[in-house]
Amino acid sequence: MNEKWTNYKGSVKLVNPANKRKLEVIVVGTGLAGASAAASLGEMGYKVKAFCFQDSPRRAHSIAAQGGINAAKNYQNDGDSVHRLFYDTVKGGDYRAREANVHRLAEVSTSIIDQCVAQGVPLAREYGGLLSNRSFGGTQVQRTFYAAGQTGQQLLIGAYQALERQVALGNVEMFSRHEMLDVVTIEGKSRGIIARDLISGKLERHFGHAVLLCTGGYGNVFYLSTNAMGSNVTAAWKAHRKGAYFGNPCFTQIHPTCIPVSGDHQSKLTLMSESLRNDGRIWVPKMQNDPRPANQIPEEERDYYLERRYPAFGNLVPRDVASRAAKERCDAGYGVGASKMAVYLDYASAIERYGKTEANKRGLHNADKETIITLGKGVVAEKYGNLFEMYEKITGENPYEVPMRIYPAVHYTMGGLWVDYELMTTIPGLYCLGEANFSDHGANRLGASALMQGLADGYFVIPYTIGNYLADEIRTNSIPTDHPAFMEAEAAAQATIDRLMNIKGSKSVDYFHKRLGKIMWDKCGMARNEEGLKQAIAEIRQLQQEFWSDVRIPGDANGLNPELEKAGRVADFLELGELMCVDALNRNESCGGHFREESQTPDGEAERNDEDYAYVAAWEYKGNNQYDLHKEPLTFEVAKPSKRNYA
Amino acid sequence: MIMSGDMKLTLKVWRQKNSSAKGAFETYQVDGISKDMSFLEMFDVLNERLISEGKEPIAFDHDCREGICGMCSMYINGRAHGPWKGTTTCQLHMRAFNDGDTIVVEPWRSVAFPVVKDLVVNRSAFDRIIQAGGYISVNTGNAVDANSILIDKPDADKAFAAAACIGCGACVAACPNASAMLFTSAKVSHLALLPQGDPERKTRVNNMVRQMDIEGFGMCSNTGACEAECPKEISLENIARMNREYVSSVFAG
Repeated sequence: MNEKWTNYKGSVKLVNPANKRKLEVIVVGTGLAGASAAASLGEMGYKVKAFCFQDSPRRAHSIAAQGGINAAKNYQNDGDSVHRLFYDTVKGGDYRAREANVHRLAEVSTSIIDQCVAQGVPLAREYGGLLSNRSFGGTQVQRTFYAAGQTGQQLLIGAYQALERQVALGNVEMFSRHEMLDVVTIEGKSRGIIARDLISGKLERHFGHAVLLCTGGYGNVFYLSTNAMGSNVTAAWKAHRKGAYFGNPCFTQIHPTCIPVSGDHQSKLTLMSESLRNDGRIWVPKMQNDPRPANQIPEEERDYYLERRYPAFGNLVPRDVASRAAKERCDAGYGVGASKMAVYLDYASAIERYGKTEANKRGLHNADKETIITLGKGVVAEKYGNLFEMYEKITGENPYEVPMRIYPAVHYTMGGLWVDYELMTTIPGLYCLGEANFSDHGANRLGASALMQGLADGYFVIPYTIGNYLADEIRTNSIPTDHPAFMEAEAAAQATIDRLMNIKGSKSVDYFHKRLGKIMWDKCGMARNEEGLKQAIAEIRQLQQEFWSDVRIPGDANGLNPELEKAGRVADFLELGELMCVDALNRNESCGGHFREESQTPDGEAERNDEDYAYVAAWEYKGNNQYDLHKEPLTFEVAKPSKRNYA
Repeated sequence: MIMSGDMKLTLKVWRQKNSSAKGAFETYQVDGISKDMSFLEMFDVLNERLISEGKEPIAFDHDCREGICGMCSMYINGRAHGPWKGTTTCQLHMRAFNDGDTIVVEPWRSVAFPVVKDLVVNRSAFDRIIQAGGYISVNTGNAVDANSILIDKPDADKAFAAAACIGCGACVAACPNASAMLFTSAKVSHLALLPQGDPERKTRVNNMVRQMDIEGFGMCSNTGACEAECPKEISLENIARMNREYVSSVFAG
């Protein structure tokens, strides 16, 4: 297992440079996975077409990742290694990921940091000029590289610049404000896509010897999530309907540190980086329904429940554990804030601790409390300033003075299109990279691992694995896009648009999206049970019918029409939501972010069932609300499954 | 759950069917606005009402709604991204306004950013400026160990501050000449401050400045409006640095 990637690279088929120039590759999505793949494949000499729905590839939602990116560099000499990163990731994923994939991810993690620094990505540095690291949830080493609270932005801009360089060189053709509406398959292989030019409204047919879907996660099925407004499942879902299996759709990550919902107008939720758990302490009052403001609650009347329940990891337990613990306290009546659905994330002690260190650095050994606090605020501002400002803009409260209020929110989806070791879906020639695939995080993703996986797939995996497929395609000439398969797929996409526009119902797209989100959050969210999931499936099927008979889309389809775009995406979310509930119902165990109330220990911890559920659930679309389950057994040679214990 | 608030506002919003149509302001009364709403959530409320009335909603660009993707782009009461300093439109909250206010909302105005529809403009000129040289030419797999490149912290911090640009175009919208100097200089500075950017620094600044001119952006006349309105508070020092880089690229052998 340790040697698999090395052996693979040594024996994989290669494509010679002259042939690469004749091979066309379509990349859909320009986040970390898509931009890095498109740039790398362009550099290698393939003819690449890249697509994104935003106005520029630089805006993909990878840009919003705050905290950092993991790599097994062991620059801190704290015992890190490829094996440790591999082991932490398999364990963090609650033994529901493929060992070999995760090991490869850990192996290439170090090259990612090298590549990004070479591109000029300004990662944080120490005074000696060396790179800085910080710790993150679910680990006991400092392996996270970061650029203040804007790590995703800096890494994406690095990949975007590499991509634009290939655009300038003519190796990549860029199609912004285009949305993929279908995959075109010919004789069982993926041969191109149908895309809609969002400005003209026209459908376009594009050929590719291979197609890469790098289209991100589907957290917006919950309506409220930390995803961007445009993040959607449509590309992956269309591929699923064309035959690509969907892996572990119910595996959703609920992130513990988000700004709580403030009202029914809420359009999205904002994450406060997990890195804040490094220094902040999470607590609730020991008294139920305590009406006092935070700073009037004395120390001994505060319950630092994560430190109490999990002394070894404390506030740095993995995300799923932290989220459930917050829900447990709030459900039990200890929540804070107006809605009582929040817990405190408190920086008072970190400010004091940093202030003392800073005072010592400056030789002020008898500094008064006020000086210490002022100095401490300065240190915290340097580390987390942009996050604190963002919190204040949204809530109107100053987190340097009063503890932040946080609550879990949907953040990431570990599930996605099923892919093999080469990142190919069950449709030959159709690949899936980054968050859109299911592969590396099992049932729970560790912090700072999404950026790592996106860039691993794009920079260091697909450039090898795609050659193994394309080496056999060098005799395939470009297929003209008036081939019947292209014409049929375009006609079907047009028919869907026409059908949506002609409903002329009475309710807006958002009306349906919000209802779907509420069903999903209540019955397929942080805790799930058989009865609720069965109800949810019935309710979603009912909602599908209402949507297709009563949605109202103003305007026309021959130009920019954001309501039409949203309607197409919500139509797909309505089908995906059902499959998520079907998957959650099938998996009668608790693992990672999937918590079945029927499967818990007496003290409320998740109880995994390896005997019956140590498999990837890969669902095949059969039409008309029918899905067939295929099981890929998971075997563990090195990281033997044990009970996850963070206490 | 807190229900909608009680602010009443008058909105004057630029409506334009497409890039070739003639646009005009339309006036809308909105009520039930809460101080906790973001500016874009207030637009959501208005758009939902327009849809229920059988009218076409107002098109506007937005995506992450957390101030980092650079997609949102409204010119509010004569200011790019509205009244709060260092804030994108999506992070502007209705606390910034008072009950009874009239708010005028326009798209970015610049020859180089043609209007697509309503408040949506085409900013692809920025992508072409990056294509002209806003990168370091290093192919995947060519890199040396990351810690073999030492960068002193002050330079790394300055490079990071310049790289914080989100490419929203507020600098162009705020500038009386619709100049793109702040955007272009932020990228030139980011790369010029790092040793990795050194080999290409002369061609980079030359090519990026030339592309900026080709796109039809105006000249810089040092009004500083760009820095004042930049949601990421990118410093004018970057423009000075780019000017030095440009001069030395022209006169040095």
